[in-house]
Amino acid sequence: MSPSVPLQEMIRAIRSARTQCEERGVIQRECAAIRAQFRQVDNGARSHNLAKLLYVHMLGYPAHFGQMECVRMIASPRYSEKRVGYLGAMMLLDEKQDASLLITNSIKNDLSHSNQYVQSLALCTLACMGSAEMCRDLAPEIDRLLRASNSYIKKKAALCAVHIVRKVQDLGELFAPAARSLLSEKNHGVLHGAVVLITELCERNPETLERFRKTVPDLVQIMKGLVISGYSPEHDVAGISDPFLQVRILRLLRILGRNNEAASDAMNDLLAQVATNTDSTKTVGNAVLYETVLTVLDIKSESGLRVLAVNILGRFLLNNDRNIRYIAMTSLQRIVGTDHNAVQRHRGTIVDCLKDQDASVKRRALELSLALVSASNIRSMMKELLLFLSSCPPELRAQAASGIFYAAERYAPSQRWHIDTILHVLTTAGGDVRDETVPNLIQLITNASELHCYTVHKLYRALLNDISQQSLVQVACWCIGEYGDLLLRGECQETEPAQVTEDDVLDALETVLQSHMSSPATRGFALTATMKLSTRILDNVDVIHVGYEFSSALSLKLQQRAVEYNALFRKYDHMRAAVLERMPVIEKNSPGHTNGESAGEPMKEIQPPKVKQGEPLLPQQPANQVCDLLGLLGGSEEPLQPSPAPGLSLNTASTAGGDLLDLLGGLEPTPPAPVTVYEKDGVTLTLSCEKQSDSVLTVTLTASNSTDSDMSSFTLQAAVPKSVQLHMKAPSGDFLPARGAAKVTQMVVLNNPNKVNLKMRIRVSYTSQGSAFQDTVQIDSFPGLSAAGH
Amino acid sequence: MCLIVAPSDLLVCLCCQMRFLLLFSRQGKLRLQKWFTPMSDREKKKIIRDMTTMVLARQPRSCNFLHWKDLKIIYKRYASLYFCLAIESQENELLALEVIHRYVELLDKYFGNVCELDIIFNFEKAYFILDEFLMGGEIQETSKQVVNRCIESSDMLQETMEEYMSKPAF
Repeated sequence: MSPSVPLQEMIRAIRSARTQCEERGVIQRECAAIRAQFRQVDNGARSHNLAKLLYVHMLGYPAHFGQMECVRMIASPRYSEKRVGYLGAMMLLDEKQDASLLITNSIKNDLSHSNQYVQSLALCTLACMGSAEMCRDLAPEIDRLLRASNSYIKKKAALCAVHIVRKVQDLGELFAPAARSLLSEKNHGVLHGAVVLITELCERNPETLERFRKTVPDLVQIMKGLVISGYSPEHDVAGISDPFLQVRILRLLRILGRNNEAASDAMNDLLAQVATNTDSTKTVGNAVLYETVLTVLDIKSESGLRVLAVNILGRFLLNNDRNIRYIAMTSLQRIVGTDHNAVQRHRGTIVDCLKDQDASVKRRALELSLALVSASNIRSMMKELLLFLSSCPPELRAQAASGIFYAAERYAPSQRWHIDTILHVLTTAGGDVRDETVPNLIQLITNASELHCYTVHKLYRALLNDISQQSLVQVACWCIGEYGDLLLRGECQETEPAQVTEDDVLDALETVLQSHMSSPATRGFALTATMKLSTRILDNVDVIHVGYEFSSALSLKLQQRAVEYNALFRKYDHMRAAVLERMPVIEKNSPGHTNGESAGEPMKEIQPPKVKQGEPLLPQQPANQVCDLLGLLGGSEEPLQPSPAPGLSLNTASTAGGDLLDLLGGLEPTPPAPVTVYEKDGVTLTLSCEKQSDSVLTVTLTASNSTDSDMSSFTLQAAVPKSVQLHMKAPSGDFLPARGAAKVTQMVVLNNPNKVNLKMRIRVSYTSQGSAFQDTVQIDSFPGLSAAGH
Repeated sequence: MCLIVAPSDLLVCLCCQMRFLLLFSRQGKLRLQKWFTPMSDREKKKIIRDMTTMVLARQPRSCNFLHWKDLKIIYKRYASLYFCLAIESQENELLALEVIHRYVELLDKYFGNVCELDIIFNFEKAYFILDEFLMGGEIQETSKQVVNRCIESSDMLQETMEEYMSKPAF
């Protein structure tokens, strides 16, 4: 076929342009010429011009002015013009353009054209850019072509129908019968189209899926024919007969066999046959095997067949071709949940793939390896994973680190191993770990109390080595602060003894504080650690100077901390020891909890003070507690003379955290237990009150009924001295069931601005067994009021 | 691949198909673009940029499969041209490689030892051949010979029609 000379000349001209600017110039000139030509009447060169425009469009220049020309060309009787016109329509028009609707009529006409190549153009264009409206319009035509035309048109009509169904799902019903009958065709192109169409119909409509299950035997037959048949030159690809069709049939079988025993049984033998007979030396054979494996694993196949499938994947893992290894791992990843043991058998090969050169393969191997970690192989797997971490590409580091942490958490054989592993990760890839790692590790360390000495020695040494990994430095500082005394003791069972002096430790912390590599958070850790050491180290109290520098630090948090610590040395030196006491074991929180809150435990209830209330005390907390403390103390005039009880607990060194809260507990009024104020005829009335502020008191009255009969219309009325304001809230109800089954509560808000002696008279009235009862009770003392020293 | 969990569940996935096919040179110049789903010009330009950047950055002997958003990108280099095919995430990558290879074979048969210049100067023919091989994101004809015969016949038709109507050839 002779090429278009004008088109090729233009292309040559554009290519010879040496700069972008020059190229733009050429194109502008050409486009102007093309536009002029479009406006003329038919001049026989239309197809050249449109072709030129399409080339320009491919280079990325605007070509929308060619849209109408496409419409005109499509309507032309000349095949050459139609051909380029339709091509233009596919390139320039899409369903969003208005012009696309204009070609609907042309397409309709061309679908019934006498020449099959014209029909083919129309079908192709419709399948490429047909909008929903066009599809609805032309669907009946397509159905007609599906039934009565030659193979060439049938196969195109089938794919056109697929496009229509994707655009307008309801039309699926229209094509189902024709699709069914197409399965008996011999032509591979038509068969392929039919299988694709049936696949599409089944995926969109479960009822259709049910109906098409009956075709499983036919599909099995066709497949068998392909697999067993001799050499067919038309369809042979490297010894496989029509692999494209085979793969499509396998995929349809997968959909039909899914969740259905009968269908799965019917295809069992075939799948076994394909799996064993397909030649796997070339990619094409492996493509078919791959699809077979996917199908076997997805349907309800026999266990023997499943094992066969997994073994094929195992063989793929050993293939020289990187692509095959890659897809093997993708598939194994999908089934590692369900067929875990089968995949475990190939663990060795998978771990080897961690060392592959290719980044995609590495990534897959990492994901799969992490999925294969279990309690029995944790030690060996972790060795490999840590090795991988030290040499893995940067984009995989974060994933590897978090995967390792997760695995370590689940399967750690011992605490020491766990801590070692985390430390190893922090040293290797500290910059890529998540933020929660630091508190998690600290919590882990506090829990492993017998390893404190070992841990602090190890961390100290790590700190001396390298202070650039922030997470590691933070943990190290925290540990040195907490367990500095253990560090100075020098001997440790698990590591070699090292003589560490106080100066060494302080120097190390000072280095961290001064280093430009340390982030403000890290500096905060170091500062706190230094402060803590002041209570653990006996001599060196010129630590105090460190604080001064940072009172003018740029970071607000750091500044605040420094100022507080300075205050701790100056004004509140006597509290320092208690405030900086060793922290309690942090209890494990689930990841959902936020710092500083325990779900469901109101912080106000501080009776009786338990160590549990210390949770979760995270490293930042001591400073905050100090801050709170100072805030509270700062509020009152006298420096720390609240009551003898807190003062006493300061000097007793008992389990730490509880002390801190005892301090707070002593200063805040504890809500006292409810007091029974009335008990008569089975009616019990209890009263509890809570101070809201200086003059406002909330009183809660609770009534219960211990008789055998219910009480209805239960009401409480209250009266108070004149200057007191009373506000009764709505009661919870007025029905008191017998035998204390339920209570009635009534809240009363009292405002006593003149601070007179508070008294309240309460009238109780109710109906029981048909008769009305009434009584009055006077309350002279309110629990909890006197204790606050009002 | 659609996942219909149970007859009562109806999960409508977009479709199992190819999304787009791009051919570009080692310098990133686009030689052919076929889009199988409707997309705005802006999106197309962005995809072209992303694909060329990603594929050209790959090492010589790497895996031919990439992940991009929710699609799998299969690419293969033939001489100076990169063929880049995007498929849905559930599709068979190895078969996609075969699809690319088949298209190259078809071009080779038609042009006779096809090279990049053939595709530059006869881009519309490359499209015609593609349109006989793939349609609507699916394979249309699995036989090489059938596709070749159809293209030849269409060309013939064009020429005879032109001769008959005594107008200059395309």
